[in-house]
Amino acid sequence: MNNEEKRFNREEEDEDEESGRGREAWERTYADERSWESLQEDESGLLRPIDNKTLSHAQYRRRLRTATAARVQKGLIRYLYIIIDFSRAAAEMDYKPSRMVVVAKQVEAFVREFFDQNPLSQIGLVILKDGVAQCLTDLGGSPEAHIKALMGKLGTSGDASLQNGLDLVCDLLNQIPSYGHREVLILYSALSTCDPGDILETIQKCKASKIRCSVIGLSAELYICKHLCQETGGMYFVALDEPHLKELVLEHAPPPPAIAEFAVANLIKMGFPQRAAEGVISICSCHKEAKVGGGYTCPRCKARVCELPTECCICGLTLVSSPHLARSYHHLFPIRPFDDVSPSLLKDIHKLPKNCFGCQQSLLNPGNLPGLQVACPNCKQHFCLDCDIYIHESLHNCPGCESLNSKTISDME
Amino acid sequence: MTPVSSKLYTDDVSLLMVLIDTNPYLWSSMKNTAFTFSKFLSHVLAFLNSILLLNQMNQVVVIATGYNSCDYVFDSSSSSMQRAECLLEKLEEFVDKDETLSQEDSVDGVGFSLLSGSLSMALCYIQRVFRTGPLHPQPRILCLHGSPDGPGQYVAVMNAIFSAQRSMVPIDSCVIGSQHSAFLQQASYITGGVYLKPQVSDGLFQYLSTVFATDLHSRAFLQLPRPVGVDFRASCFCHKNTIDMGYICSVCLSIFCKHHKKCSTCGSNFGEARKQDPSASGQRRKTPDGS
Repeated sequence: MNNEEKRFNREEEDEDEESGRGREAWERTYADERSWESLQEDESGLLRPIDNKTLSHAQYRRRLRTATAARVQKGLIRYLYIIIDFSRAAAEMDYKPSRMVVVAKQVEAFVREFFDQNPLSQIGLVILKDGVAQCLTDLGGSPEAHIKALMGKLGTSGDASLQNGLDLVCDLLNQIPSYGHREVLILYSALSTCDPGDILETIQKCKASKIRCSVIGLSAELYICKHLCQETGGMYFVALDEPHLKELVLEHAPPPPAIAEFAVANLIKMGFPQRAAEGVISICSCHKEAKVGGGYTCPRCKARVCELPTECCICGLTLVSSPHLARSYHHLFPIRPFDDVSPSLLKDIHKLPKNCFGCQQSLLNPGNLPGLQVACPNCKQHFCLDCDIYIHESLHNCPGCESLNSKTISDME
Repeated sequence: MTPVSSKLYTDDVSLLMVLIDTNPYLWSSMKNTAFTFSKFLSHVLAFLNSILLLNQMNQVVVIATGYNSCDYVFDSSSSSMQRAECLLEKLEEFVDKDETLSQEDSVDGVGFSLLSGSLSMALCYIQRVFRTGPLHPQPRILCLHGSPDGPGQYVAVMNAIFSAQRSMVPIDSCVIGSQHSAFLQQASYITGGVYLKPQVSDGLFQYLSTVFATDLHSRAFLQLPRPVGVDFRASCFCHKNTIDMGYICSVCLSIFCKHHKKCSTCGSNFGEARKQDPSASGQRRKTPDGS
């Protein structure tokens, strides 16, 4: 309850100062959230929590993002260090159960999402604690390894040093090949930084190394973080609460627009290993263990590796499978945002399709009036709002355009 | 049919999305073999009926994958499309419409049917079923496909596969044509479905009922066909050769079999920073057009 009250107070302090006083905390939660208003009755009389306003708003935001992101070269090969502040300040309990636990949870979700969207990229973890920066994991492509390392190192103590963290990461990122995008994401809990030298010099060093630094703050806005982000072209946000933090963290998962000077275009030599036949016993080069079946063989040195994508430990060749590459292709061929169907068109009911082209859901509202719908600018098919979100967020294909013969092929080429 | 959301679902209730390949060029090419489209349909209809009889809450949706378009032809949950005769009627309508949409008179070989379109539609439908609440039948997709893979659909098909993987929808594939389909092999491998190319097409019903009729829960108890040799090698964008080592553009991830000075997909110039690239330095000197 204490938690609810505290959070509540922080958000709505101004307007509710007088009116909220008379009520108990539990009453206020109900009275102010007006939970009954977000319910809607569907065709079969069931109550459903539908909030049209937030839905259409979120949709609008997404649409905007896709629209601005289209036709920009993306940095598809990213080398990202996540700096996590596990100083004394991370033990604060304003996030429940503590900032540290919440941050660790969000980092776990982020790491999984990141590798789903950027299969050829690599992540490393750095922890700020006791005034020093500690490299928890080196750059690597396996989500499980990072999460395991992080979960084994939970615990807070001492002060945070932004400079030590940046110095360490800067040295590490200077070793990566020039075609990669160097990025740092800092999750900062503390309100101060305890540095051994001039942090402004370190920031200039990061800028010179073309490292894009972004910070997500958990307490209040700090000038030094803002300065860092401005100088290096990153983003600085302060999270209001846990859902907001999650949203901010996940915003870093899709690849950022590539800036020509940040990374040099290059051709990278890669191998596409074959899956070894079932039942073959061999010693894998990554774990140094004998394994039966299910591995991949490096096409250059014939070493056996357990999972893809990886770098061959013997010859250093980057090993991927073609689905890994294909996973990124939707960033290159984004589908166009759908247009709202204009109200004048909606009046003419007979000309409108009755069902959503994707899911066959009826587009008519209960009173036989046309409901909210969108249309693809290419194929002119109509879709319901749910399909719109699914198509743009997850599918990355327009079912209408894919069901047209000649157009599909010319679009893809 | 009224919505069944009030009933409790057990884990063996399935929603089966069947994608039927109606590519006319494919079926006319198979005229000489004994396996005609009408024979194929009678096998499939018997199979669909048996699915609906297995569990009264099972749901079957059929999407026709045409040469110029895709459309829903049968939905056992909607009142207008519930009856089996309706499927044939709708299918006939669809085939006629598909033919009128055709612009070119002749096609090299059998052409490609629009697998990416029908897969996308099936996934949209499945998302709608997911949205109805926590109680929904377990969805899966069955592709009855015969046409060869359309190279132009590669990106779209892969997008659909990854989306299916994210929402844990297995894609089963039964290849009717004469050659294996690399798309469907990957689709079934990535999503955890079953890939099968029947040896004897006359026995299609037997294959369908023994392999593809089982719900996801019961599959754990069966010995289903194992994936044999999924080809994960990539084909290069310049010659469409299958290669096991190649060059990838760092900006757009296009695949090339030789070193180029400029990326033909995104137009990036290569070369300025090659000396710093540790993994590529030694090997590349060997190719004559390397620098």
